[in-house]
Amino acid sequence: MWEYTDKVKEHYKNPKNVGAIEDADAIGEAGSLSCGDALKIYLKIDADGIVTDAKFQTFGCGSAVASASALMEIIIDKHIDEVAKVTNQDIADALGGLPAQKMHCSVMGKEALEDALAYYRGESIENKSRIVCQCFGVTEDLVREVVQHNKLKTVKEITNYTKAGGACEKCKDDLQKILDEELQKQGETSPKKPLTKTQMIVKVNNILENHIAEALRQDGGDIELIDIDGNNIYVSLQGACKSCPSSNLTLKNFVENVLREHLGEEVNVIEA
Amino acid sequence: MSEKTIYFDNNATTRVCDEAVEAMLPFLTEKYGNPSSMHEFGGQVGSYIKKARQQVADLIGAASPDEIIFTSCGTESSNTALRGLTNPHKKHIITTKVEHPCVLNVTKQLEKKGYETTYLNVNSEGEIELEEFKNSIRPDTAIVAIMWANNETGVIFPVEKMAEITKEKNPETLFFVDGVQAAGKIPINVKNTKIDMLGISGHKIHAPKGVGALYIRKGTPITPFMLGGHQERGKRAGTENVPGIIAMGVAAEEASNYLDDEATRVKQLRDKLEKGILERIFNARVNGSRINRVPNTTNISFEYIEGELILLHLSDLGICASSGSACTSGNLEPSHVLRAMGVPFTAVHGSIRFSLSRYTTEEDVNYVLEKLPEVINKLNTISPFQKELKELKEMKRVCLSTGKEKGCCKSGNCHHN
Ligand SMILES: Cc1ncc(COP(=O)(O)O)c(C=O)c1O
Repeated sequence: MWEYTDKVKEHYKNPKNVGAIEDADAIGEAGSLSCGDALKIYLKIDADGIVTDAKFQTFGCGSAVASASALMEIIIDKHIDEVAKVTNQDIADALGGLPAQKMHCSVMGKEALEDALAYYRGESIENKSRIVCQCFGVTEDLVREVVQHNKLKTVKEITNYTKAGGACEKCKDDLQKILDEELQKQGETSPKKPLTKTQMIVKVNNILENHIAEALRQDGGDIELIDIDGNNIYVSLQGACKSCPSSNLTLKNFVENVLREHLGEEVNVIEA
Repeated sequence: MSEKTIYFDNNATTRVCDEAVEAMLPFLTEKYGNPSSMHEFGGQVGSYIKKARQQVADLIGAASPDEIIFTSCGTESSNTALRGLTNPHKKHIITTKVEHPCVLNVTKQLEKKGYETTYLNVNSEGEIELEEFKNSIRPDTAIVAIMWANNETGVIFPVEKMAEITKEKNPETLFFVDGVQAAGKIPINVKNTKIDMLGISGHKIHAPKGVGALYIRKGTPITPFMLGGHQERGKRAGTENVPGIIAMGVAAEEASNYLDDEATRVKQLRDKLEKGILERIFNARVNGSRINRVPNTTNISFEYIEGELILLHLSDLGICASSGSACTSGNLEPSHVLRAMGVPFTAVHGSIRFSLSRYTTEEDVNYVLEKLPEVINKLNTISPFQKELKELKEMKRVCLSTGKEKGCCKSGNCHHN
């Protein structure tokens, strides 16, 4: 059972502005039936660029209905320049928050809104970018945008916000790559805060588990983090790796490179 | 939350019957001893467990109570059966695409350890093709793991027949049945079958959560899953969940007594509910065979609307049911059972399961029939698929007015009758 706020409940119980507008000036769509949510919004826009009426129809769960209903309330009577600035976070905020796994409902609202505005401006929907997640048809652009706007830090969060990676999980490596790139970009613009030792240990352990240990285990070995001291990472090789004459090569060439790549720092890997 | 609770989610869990509550209470208070103890105070508990074992054996028709071991749940029973394989040369498993995760996630893990699994298909009615099954049995097939009744649709697999086919082709292949959704709903008589193991769960038959059982036919080679003390004759270590076991015994006996009620009264109520919904709601369709089914379950899709939304609105009215929609699953994917049956996406996401029990009354059914059409009609207006809904409505109208030849019946999308 999801923990929905009273605001969410209010909206899905009695959604406002449901329906279609026959002579709409803009129509926007997002999602698809196969994914389990779809949203269609209709806008009436006057000569001054004010949204005078808005209606929606949705195939979706409680939070999808609530997100769409809240979005209508946000944009009615606003100028389209203002409307264009509405973010998925604004939708979530208007609802007093959404469960993490349901953030994608607010993103769907934002997507439909963008689609409608593009329609209004007469832009053909620009070349859709590459689809990262085949299961849910999520594009690379959407993933990047959502990561940037919501300051996401993990692949799990990307799944919560876009559903990408939520089914067959084949695109998870891809998502990690996009995330790493985006995080790196952020790192360039904002001064990087050094991680605390505990954060560092968690991070290194994650990298060891996700990118290194599996390969070693296939050769009958394993690796364990012993300590971190500044840029020095102390590990112990186990199992078959331990007695392997090329263990030093493994450490320097493989483990160190992978860690440097993922941490973005010139760390030294030392056998403890 | 609504004040009353109209409970149609008995395949998820059931109310503990009064008889079971009463029977277990002394084992939480004055009879708290450990049956393994050397003193009389603890030792006496053993005789009550023995009785419970007999009661469970009787529910499923085991030849001897010694063939029953108590576990913590249905999930543990399946894990025990699948992880206890002993023959290192047999590394092939047969199961189906519609099993419960307590089988599917175990086979997935065993595959990493060198096992190969055949996942049998089901047809649009949710049934297995016996020919496909027969052909999948190999000399190295270690075990067949099949559910007796499906938790989502209630569809029954012919496990007795399948066990015979299995032993005919390969006498060494073990045959495990996940009987969690069948026990207490249809008669089970394992001693007259070729089934080697069968798992059941307490909380699905009006016993408390935290207790289950596994039938292991005498002579079946399996290694224990839980290691430790000598409880359950070394087949399942760990101090017994005495209150749970006592309650499960009594619940099993009650379930045997209620089998007739299940086959008659409960079935009639289910049929009334199902027929009533199909008559009142044009975008309703039943998922799965309506013939080959346990008496308490119906799985109905409301096309073009989403299941979680339906559940939330029903919940406000005090009605409890469940859905195969992606939004309710926590993993973003809709029901693997309905997908395997080829149910279209338009219907999978809007599927609702109603499951009844001996406690379900005619008033409960009437209440749903009164309230549900309003809910669905309201939600239909929110759907972006107005054109499709209109077509569906027209098809159903034609169908109802002209009989089976035209309209939705012809489209194969219809379950009138
Ligand atoms: C068919 C089936 N098998 C196994 C289980 C698991 O039983 P338990 O909840 O006791 O672990 C369930 C419960 O949902 C079930 O429906």
